[in-house]
This record gives sequence, structure tokens and C-alpha cells, in this order.
Amino acid sequence: MKTLLRPAADWELANIISDAAARRLPLELIGAGTKRAMGRPVQSAAEITLKGMLGIMLYEPNELVMSARAGCTVAEVEQQLASRGQMLPFEPVDLGPLLGLDAGQGTIGAVFATNLSGARRVYSGAARDHLLGVKAVTGHGEMVRSGGRVMKNVTGYDVARGMTGSWGTLAALTEVTFKVVPRPEATATIAIFGLPDEIAIEVLCKAMSTPYEITGAAHIQQGPASRLWSSAIRRGGKAATVMRLEAPSKSIAYRAEKLRQLFKAYGELHVIDTQPSLEFWQEMRMMTVMQGSTHPLWRISTSPKLGPAVVAAIARYTPVEAVYDWSGGLVWVEVPMSADAGATDIRRVIALHGGHATLVRADAAVRNSVDCFHPLDPGVERLTRRLKSTFDPAGILNPGRMYATM
Amino acid sequence: MTHIALPEPDHATIARRSDIVAGLSAAIGADRVISDEDGRRAYETDALTAYRRMPLAVVLPRSTEEVASVLRYCNREGIKVIPRGAGTSLAGGALPAEDAVVVCVTKLNRVIDIDYENRTARVETGITNLAISAAVSERGYFYAPDPSSQLACTLAGNIAMNSGGAHCLKYGVTTNNVLGVRMVLMDGEIVEIGGPHLDAPGYDLLALIVGSEGQFGIVTEATVRILRSAEGARPMLMGFPSAESAGAAVSAIIGAGIIPVAIEYMDKPAIHVCESFSKAGYPMDVEALLIIEVEGSEIEIADLLERIVAITKPFNPQSVKISQSAAESARIWRGRKSAFGALGRISEYYCMDGTIPLGRLPEVLGRISEICALQQLRVANIFHAGDGNLHPLILYDANDPDQSSKAEIAGAEILKLCVEVGGCLTGEHGVGIEKRDLMRVQFSDKDLALQMSIKTMFDPQWLLNPAKVFPLDGRPPIAAAAA
Ligand SMILES: Cc1cc2nc3c(=O)[nH]c(=O)nc-3n(C[C@H](O)[C@H](O)[C@@H](O)COP(=O)(O)OP(=O)(O)OC[C@H]3O[C@@H](n4cnc5c(N)ncnc54)[C@H](O)[C@@H]3O)c2cc1C
Ligand SMILES: Cc1cc2nc3c(=O)[nH]c(=O)nc-3n(C[C@H](O)[C@H](O)[C@H](O)COP(=O)(O)OP(=O)(O)OC[C@H]3O[C@@H](n4cnc5c(N)ncnc54)[C@H](O)[C@@H]3O)c2cc1C
Repeated sequence: MKTLLRPAADWELANIISDAAARRLPLELIGAGTKRAMGRPVQSAAEITLKGMLGIMLYEPNELVMSARAGCTVAEVEQQLASRGQMLPFEPVDLGPLLGLDAGQGTIGAVFATNLSGARRVYSGAARDHLLGVKAVTGHGEMVRSGGRVMKNVTGYDVARGMTGSWGTLAALTEVTFKVVPRPEATATIAIFGLPDEIAIEVLCKAMSTPYEITGAAHIQQGPASRLWSSAIRRGGKAATVMRLEAPSKSIAYRAEKLRQLFKAYGELHVIDTQPSLEFWQEMRMMTVMQGSTHPLWRISTSPKLGPAVVAAIARYTPVEAVYDWSGGLVWVEVPMSADAGATDIRRVIALHGGHATLVRADAAVRNSVDCFHPLDPGVERLTRRLKSTFDPAGILNPGRMYATM
Repeated sequence: MTHIALPEPDHATIARRSDIVAGLSAAIGADRVISDEDGRRAYETDALTAYRRMPLAVVLPRSTEEVASVLRYCNREGIKVIPRGAGTSLAGGALPAEDAVVVCVTKLNRVIDIDYENRTARVETGITNLAISAAVSERGYFYAPDPSSQLACTLAGNIAMNSGGAHCLKYGVTTNNVLGVRMVLMDGEIVEIGGPHLDAPGYDLLALIVGSEGQFGIVTEATVRILRSAEGARPMLMGFPSAESAGAAVSAIIGAGIIPVAIEYMDKPAIHVCESFSKAGYPMDVEALLIIEVEGSEIEIADLLERIVAITKPFNPQSVKISQSAAESARIWRGRKSAFGALGRISEYYCMDGTIPLGRLPEVLGRISEICALQQLRVANIFHAGDGNLHPLILYDANDPDQSSKAEIAGAEILKLCVEVGGCLTGEHGVGIEKRDLMRVQFSDKDLALQMSIKTMFDPQWLLNPAKVFPLDGRPPIAAAAA
């Protein structure tokens, strides 16, 4: 049995980490553990859960800012925001259910540690774009802070944002301060059914280039679309191309009509109202259509218009099922089980098209033997190693979580 | 204004000046090197003009490879380098040193590629901010961050300072609009960070590079997001009897779930100066003026403005004026964007740039008046109200050494006040030399040590823009040696 530590105060965590650093004992940092089934498994002497770091420390709805300690659940944060008609701007994906766990249990610290963003990212930016400040404990065991609670701040380097997406390998975040936004008054989703991938992405890229503020632009291939719960989008098992509008009700009607005019040559446009629309995008947040399977699942980031070409190229080597988000810039790709989960083929395709691919779901043996995170270019890798040793010279924070030798 | 200590230059390096000029000329060609005194004088300061230092030489490279050659040479010879764009930094970020070479990127100003489908543009960083928008405006696109200096300032400077502008409330600042950069490290290595995809793999190195004030490397190319312009935009002017009522009106608008594309605030002295300069039609009898701009179609604009008028009613605006034409809108914005220039015509001023939580605005403005009154100086305030970024402009007589030193004292007090109420020293202009010695007001020694260790990681010998950002004492030994 490994030791499981549950510090509640920053100084406790700092003591644990500085002690471990002195003794070079590797530590695994855990939020709620909903993503432990992702990335490389960590070999550690002890586990630290950040779930003891509780409390919403500041919430100023009129200034669009909240500070929460790292262990708060996303569900709790969203509940507070909803009570004042606000929300997280970047719609974090909730992958708990995908990995066989309950929804909403992920921690807010981990949202920023992993830089998780959902469909709205294509319009309003990623988690990292909305981070204003952090308190953290580095691998030296030092308590540091960066940024603050105000929207504009260029005082010193942007170390807070620099820690996002580092998966607990640079520092343990103990408190995060972030920007929030008002909930839209109304929502509608415009859907076109039965489009092939290239045409769908052409539509979505065009839609994103209109002034109509599309806040979600996704295309779900026929296979996954047939597994949707949402009956409004699951139309006779056809591929679904969807565009989300979020605005005052008057604007929604106006913009929907504009889009109908613009895309009528592509097929019939269906307008899905607020309630079914909300249900559908909630499903997108949880990637329900990729649930229930144990096949390897990849998350590919590329330039939007190249999404279909990437999928078509992978399909030359192996059967694939794909869901496109971010107007094609993010592709979730499921492939059959194999010794390397398709890594060799997928990474070869990426090398030709640009972008990167992360293995999100595979069994532990595979995750141990392939690079879950995309291998870095040599120049970036050198900087990455140097940054890691600047924050964590003893190499004790989540060793191997992102890269086998780091 | 000469309170800020600049390190004593290394006289041995200065003595080698002609060798260094020859070395630079050999590296990238004599036509790229400015070594005569008149030529160099154009680069001896930036927009913090009270500080001037004549550099050893100025180089104007025309490619990333030329930048790499220069840096490789300077690194080998242990010569400091000051990266420079247009030199509009208000914080002394681009101030040279007598023992340093200025690497100015303004000749690197091409648009490399525009990809409308992906909504990105690849440009060289010496391009001016406005030229990016100009390159894509034909197709109805724009580059969002809009510093008032956008006609002159370069993307390189914007990236180094993480610059903002009036419309950042909706569209974010530079860091939210840059997807990738090509950067030359001090040893001449060229690295490519990020790219045309929405997020980069691995650590968020880009987040560290944007806002690093020319201390990590020289950024030569960038991929930026371009956005489709809204169908239309219209500003509205609202005058209020007090800072309290104007501040409360802003809170109420945002609290009601409306985020206008811009909310700018001016106090009475600022209104008067701007109005007499640009005849923008600002009301002269109010204590506080808000310029609130919304975007969308005609129907949407009308709807939003109507709601804003209703929401702000309880705060008793003395005047409400919605722009009736494109010409009037342009006038309203010209008034605001030329505020610094207009003030500059009546007096020297010292432009501060703290950020505060919006709720503290009335209290902060009151205390700013007290601070300036104590030094017998006048102040005008301009405020990006939606995001709390405050620009007190302290007016002083530059020919009176006593007044200029009082202006610096008042400025430091104001910035300390911003930190005290929960804000920060600088919202968009950067630290440079100007706020360097105030950094300990905001950060602990441990916070600063972490930041400095990141500097060391990018630039192990501290040769890039070393005298900036961090107090000169308490630096790591290598940095102390370099400074
Ligand atoms: C390869 C991969 C890609 C993913 N892509 C997405 C995506 O695009 N969108 C999305 O929404 N979700 C994505 N996820 C899932 C995402 O990581 C989870 O949904 C997250 O929110 C889980 O919260 P948690 O508290 O359960 O985190 P955990 O599983 O406990 O932790 C996740 C990671 O963050 C670290 N961590 C947790 N808390 C802290 C802290 N306070 N300080 C520092 N480090 C901490 C952990 O060490 C671990 O490395 C991805 C996961 C993986 C493995
Ligand atoms: C009238 C006026 C109005 C202004 N309004 C605003 C405003 O609204 N918002 C705002 O944010 N700022 C504003 N500024 C400040 C200034 O314009 C910005 O800081 C701008 O980004 C500086 O750009 P520049 O090209 O002039 O850079 P410089 O002044 O030449 O340099 C600024 C910094 O960038 C570094 N740098 C330059 N080139 C590179 C490179 N290639 N690689 C790495 N580092 C580099 C320099 O070393 C220096 O630290 C204003 C300034 C003036 C004079």
C-alpha cells in the first residue's frame, strides 16, 4: 500500500514536497483521479491528493472573477457560478464518464493543470486563456504565487499560465483564480445531417468566419452519431454537423436565419432549440459517443481545415471513428486495439500534416510502452527539460507522467 | 526623472566598440549595422524619454537567420543585446545600454501567409500592429489587440509586453491571440513554439514567452489569430456626476450579463483635454465619462444599447448620447485613442498603468487625487473600466527637476496603492526599468527567484535586456555579473 497524503493547507503540502525533494522520493499528485487512466502511469513512493484543498475564496460576479482552492470540484464551481447566472468560459470537458467514473467530480485545479477545454474553446479560448493567477508549490517545496485577481496583469512573467497543461509535473497548484462569463440568454444549434467530413469541415470553417459568433462547431461521423443520446441530433444515424449560437433570443433568430441563407446549398438546416441544444452540448462535454468502449482513443490537435485529411490518412492504415470539434481543429479518433494503439501510424500522419496527437484512453500496458503525449521537436524538448528542472530539480513531481524520461 | 538606477556599463566592452561593429558587419553585412552617432541616437530611448543611453551599435536584420548570426556573435563575445521594435515602450523596456547592441526588428515586417479558412496569419514580428489588420481587412477580418499606439508599435513589442487595448474586454490581450512564434535564443538556436493549431503540445512555453519583455530570445515570426469583424459596432457616451456612479454603472452592466466590446472611462481633466484636442463631442460638465461600445447587427446593437440605458438608469447619468453615424463613432474613438497625444500637447506627463479591482475605483481615484495633491501635481485618469486597467497621467513640468522627481514619487505611490487594493503594478505596459524596483511590492523574494530562474533557463548568461524587470539587487550571481 502506498501512502496517501491529503494536505489541507498550502504549508502542509510545501512541507511534504520539500521533504520528498530532499529525499528524492517521487510523488504522484492527484486531483479527483478522474484522469489517472490517462497519460503514462506514474511510479511513485507516495500519492498526494489535493482534494483537501477546499473553499471558494473569492467570487465577484460583477468583476467576472473567481478564486477557488485546487480541490474544489468542477461541479461545485459551476453550481456557484450558475447561482449568479454565470459559467466557466471554456466549458471543460468532463472525461470522468469516459473513463468509467461519475460526472462533475474532476477538480478545478486539475482543469488548469491539464488545460482542459471543451467546445466553446474555438470561440472563447482555452482554460489557460482565462487563468488570472495561481498559488502553487513548486518541486523545491516553495510556496509561490503568480498573476492575481485582476483581468489585466503583465507584472513579471506569466508563470501562472506557464504552469497550465503541465499535468502536475512542474508544481502543485493550490489555488486558481480565473475569469468567468455570463451565461448566454438563449442557445440554439443549427444542424445539417449526412455531410461527408470534408464538406462538413468546409461548412464549419465558413461558419466560424461569419460575424455570427458560433460558440461550438462540431461534426460527428455517422458511427458515433448513431450512439448519441440526444434524439434531436441522432437523426436516423446520419453524420451530424452542428453549429451553436449563444446570444440574446432576438439575435439567435436573426443569426440562425443568416446561417440558413448562407448554407442552404449544403442541405436542409435544422434549428434545435435551447433545451435540446443544452442537452446535446452537455453530451459533447462528456464525449458520450466514445464511452462504453475500451478501444484506444486519441485526441488530435491540428489546423482546422486539415482535420478531415488527417482522419482520411489514418483510415488508410486502420478503421477509425472520428468526432471533430473546434471546426476541425480538434479530432477525437477511436481506433481498434493493437500493440501500440495505432501510435506509429497516427504519429506518421501527424508528422505530414502538422499538429499533435495525445493518447487519451488505452490500457495501462500500452500507456506504459507508447508516448501518450506527442513527442516534442528537439528544440522544444530541450526547453521543456530545462523548465522541468527549473521547477522540479529533484524530478519528484509526477515523474514520467508526460514523458518517460522526465 | 532620473531616479531609476541603471547599471554601470562595462568599459572594457565599450572600448572594444570598433571591433564589435566590425564583428557585427562580418556577421550580417555592414549595410545592416548602424554605428555612426547620429544613426544610433535615433535608438537611444523609447517612449520613456527621460532615460537615454547610446548603444554600442544598432543592427537591423532582415531574416531570422541574420538575427541568429548576430546573437551567436554577441553570445560568443559576451555582449548584451537589447531587442527592439518601434521603441514605443512606456516602461523603458527598449532602453539601450552603453555596452549593449540593439537588435531592431522593424525591417522584418512581411506578411508571410494568410489562411482565412483557419483564421490565422503568419507574419514577421517587425510588422506594425495596425498593418496586420490592414492586411486582412479587405476580407472583413482584423487582428484583435488594439493598443492606442497601434499605428507605430510592432507585433514584436506587443508580444514582449503582452500588450492590450480598449477592445480587449471582449477579445483578450496579445497572449490570447498568438498561437505560435519563431524565436532565436541567445546562443543562436532557432526554436519554433506552437503553430497554426489551437493548442501546442507539452508545456505552455508560449505563455512564458509572451510578456517576457525581450529577456528570453528574439521573436522573429508569429502565427496570430485573425477574427471576422462584427457586422457593425456603435459607441455610446454616458456622463456621470461622480466616479462612484460611473463605477457602479459598469458593475451593473457586467453583472447583468452584458459584456460590451469596450468600456472606457475618463475623468473630468481627461475629458476636457481630449475634447478640446479632438472635438469628439464629449460632455464637458460631467465628472466621469464612459464610452461603451457594443457590436452586432443593427437590431442587436439597438437592443443592447437600449438594455444598457435601462440598466444604468438608477445611477443617474447626466447625459446619454448614442453615436448616430460612422463618422461620429470614429470621432468618439479618435478622442479616446489620441488622449495621450492630446495631453502631451498641454504638459509633460507620466503615464501609469496599474490594474485594480473595479469595485475599488472610487476609493482609488480619491486616493490618487490625494497622492498627487500632496506633490502639488495635477492628474488626469483614463481607465479601461471593463478590466480594471487604470492609466493615471501625472502632469508635470519636465524642465523643473523638482516636479519631475515628484511625479516619479507620486507614480510609485499610486502603483503601491494598486497592489494594496488587490491589483497589480502594470496591466499592459510592462515592467521595463520603470517598475523594476517596485517588483517587491507585489512579489515575494521566492516568487521573484522563480521568475529569475526561468530567465536563466532561457538566457543562461543574462545577456538579453538584463537591466530590466527585476530589481538589480538580489539577482543570481551570473545576472549580477552581467548587469
Ligand atoms: C491525454 C489526455 C488528454 C485530455 N484531454 C482533455 C481535453 O481535451 N479536455 C478535457 O476536458 N479533458 C481532457 N482530459 C481529461 C482531464 O485531464 C480531466 O477531465 C480532469 O479535469 C480531471 O480532473 P481530476 O481532478 O480527476 O484530475 P486528476 O486525474 O486527478 O489529475 C489530472 C492531472 O492533473 C494533475 N493535477 C491534478 N490536480 C493538480 C493540482 N492541483 N496541481 C497540479 N497538478 C494537478 C495530476 O497530477 C494529473 O497529472 C485529458 C486527459 C488526458 C490524459
Ligand atoms: C502613445 C502611446 C500609447 C500606448 N498605448 C498602449 C495601449 O493602449 N496598450 C498597450 O498595451 N501599450 C500601449 N503603449 C505601449 C507600447 O506601445 C507597447 O508596449 C508596445 O507593445 C511596444 O511595441 P514596440 O514595437 O514599440 O516595442 P519596443 O518599445 O521597441 O519594445 C518593447 C519591449 O519589447 C522587446 N522587444 C522588441 N522586439 C522584440 C523581439 N523581436 N523579440 C523579443 N523582444 C522584443 C523590447 O526589448 C522591449 O522590452 C502605448 C505607447 C504609447 C507611446
